[in-house]
Amino acid sequence: MTTLAHTLSDSGTMFRRQLLHLRRYPSLTIMLIGLPVIFLLLFVYVFGGAVGAGLGGGRDAYVDYLTPGILLFTVAGAVAGTAISVAMDMTEGIVDRFRSMAIARASVLTGHVLGSLVQIFIAVFVVLGVALLIGFRPTATPLEWLAVAGVLAATAFALTWLAVALGIVADSVETASNTPMFLSLLPFLGSGFVPTDTMPSGLRVFAEYQPFTPIIETLRGLLLGTGVGTSAYLALAWCAVISGLSYVWAKRTYNKRAAR
Amino acid sequence: MSTTLLARPAVSVAGLRKTFGTRTVLDGIDLTVTEGTVFALLGPNGAGKTTMVRILATLLAADGGSVRVAGHDLVREADAVRAAIGLTGQFAAVDKLLTVRENLRLMADLNRLGRAGGRRRVDHLIQRFDLAESAAKPVSLLSGGQQRRVDLAMTLVGSPRLIFLDEPTTGLDPRSRVEMWRIVRELVADGVTVFLTTQYLEEADQLADRIAVLDHGRIVAEGTPDELKRRIPGGHLVLRFAEPGALRTAASVLNVTHSDESALTLQVPSDGGVADLRAVLATLDGVHVTPDHLTVHTPDLDDVFFAFTGGPASTGTDEETR
Repeated sequence: MTTLAHTLSDSGTMFRRQLLHLRRYPSLTIMLIGLPVIFLLLFVYVFGGAVGAGLGGGRDAYVDYLTPGILLFTVAGAVAGTAISVAMDMTEGIVDRFRSMAIARASVLTGHVLGSLVQIFIAVFVVLGVALLIGFRPTATPLEWLAVAGVLAATAFALTWLAVALGIVADSVETASNTPMFLSLLPFLGSGFVPTDTMPSGLRVFAEYQPFTPIIETLRGLLLGTGVGTSAYLALAWCAVISGLSYVWAKRTYNKRAAR
Repeated sequence: MSTTLLARPAVSVAGLRKTFGTRTVLDGIDLTVTEGTVFALLGPNGAGKTTMVRILATLLAADGGSVRVAGHDLVREADAVRAAIGLTGQFAAVDKLLTVRENLRLMADLNRLGRAGGRRRVDHLIQRFDLAESAAKPVSLLSGGQQRRVDLAMTLVGSPRLIFLDEPTTGLDPRSRVEMWRIVRELVADGVTVFLTTQYLEEADQLADRIAVLDHGRIVAEGTPDELKRRIPGGHLVLRFAEPGALRTAASVLNVTHSDESALTLQVPSDGGVADLRAVLATLDGVHVTPDHLTVHTPDLDDVFFAFTGGPASTGTDEETR
């Protein structure tokens, strides 16, 4: 077999390992789904009346406004699971075993990323289902739905690699579960929950230029037909940059860190 | 194991050095391990044993020296080395969320044994390591001794010719330890080379063809177990008597190395074996003296270190055991 075939087969093996982990440890997935569902219900039913009125509609208008942000919040929260499972591997002897075998070095990490993508898509699916149940009414065409899936996948890919790196540099599983938390805050400090033009000027500048805002705007435009504009390019560019940097960081620290 | 004319070194190390910051952990190590033999690296915590194993298993880069493992250069042909070796470390390198069978299956896939070949190998190892009953259980539910067996079985899935065992029995109960020793002997019988580290002289004595004693990053003694033990004066019996008269009578017929009249004890050289004990007691019976109390002192790591370094086995920082 060639090197590429080895890399693919090793990554496939590691992916199967992560799928078994998902089955053996469902409580993690349930937790990653539970939090965004609670936030969705909380924001729609507690704040929705007031915020919806501010948007010039009602609670129903706010469900539509909120859902794209909650979907991103789901992805951002779910990558904490990635960081946790990577850190679990790193703190146990199994990584030494993998590193002393003649297998593709990064395949462990690739397995984590692929496994997490499955986990994230399960979470997004459930959260979207709940949103539809409580009144989310998207206008997207099948092609636009496909684009939504693509944007979410690109975002999940980027944030998962970032979480892999965070899981490797964490010195314990506890640290790994905390460090990705800032990602869950970013949808709040963007256009995820309220329009950025309602924010004070300093925060507004940050909110408009941070990477999550164009991603949310793209999702919102695709789902609700409000127009995507240039935010799609911006969103994909951010995803590409975050993926690339995180991949290099993860791979480098994996080789160094495991050598302690 | 006898060395044959065809014997090649499985491991050859020359001038190996490793420092962590300002601390020198390995300070010019030279050693050779002959193929098909058991080599034991004996030393206390902090001596550098784990660092040594991690370097030989390609997990850690050395700072100096040259190393060949399984006929390959450690640095330039790291992947060829990895394909030939198996590593079982101090901390069970198992996936605790997976079952025993799934762990072994994972190794079979990573060794690219194929579906049928992998299944055969996994089934064989489950039988051999007496894991059939727990094969479908998550490893996290197994005892420490069972986890260590799973760990070693995982190492063997790829049929490595050279196996590193880093303190394979530390923390195991006596029964699991004997079981582990049996497995190591079987491996050697199959022609596998074993490089093990241990803190126990007895373990090195039981298993190894050659022992190297590591202290503060240097090899202070090397040889067969018998050669080393001849140089250790530690094995003796301590006999305690009820009154000084009996002590003196006993001292007149035994080969006494140390007599303590106030404690009423005599020290007699002995290998601690039953035959030896019987002989001592028979001699005492001959003069109608029975000791009140008898203790057997077999040479241990402290005796080894006293013999070779003139000091007790020093425990370094625990850092290197990670």
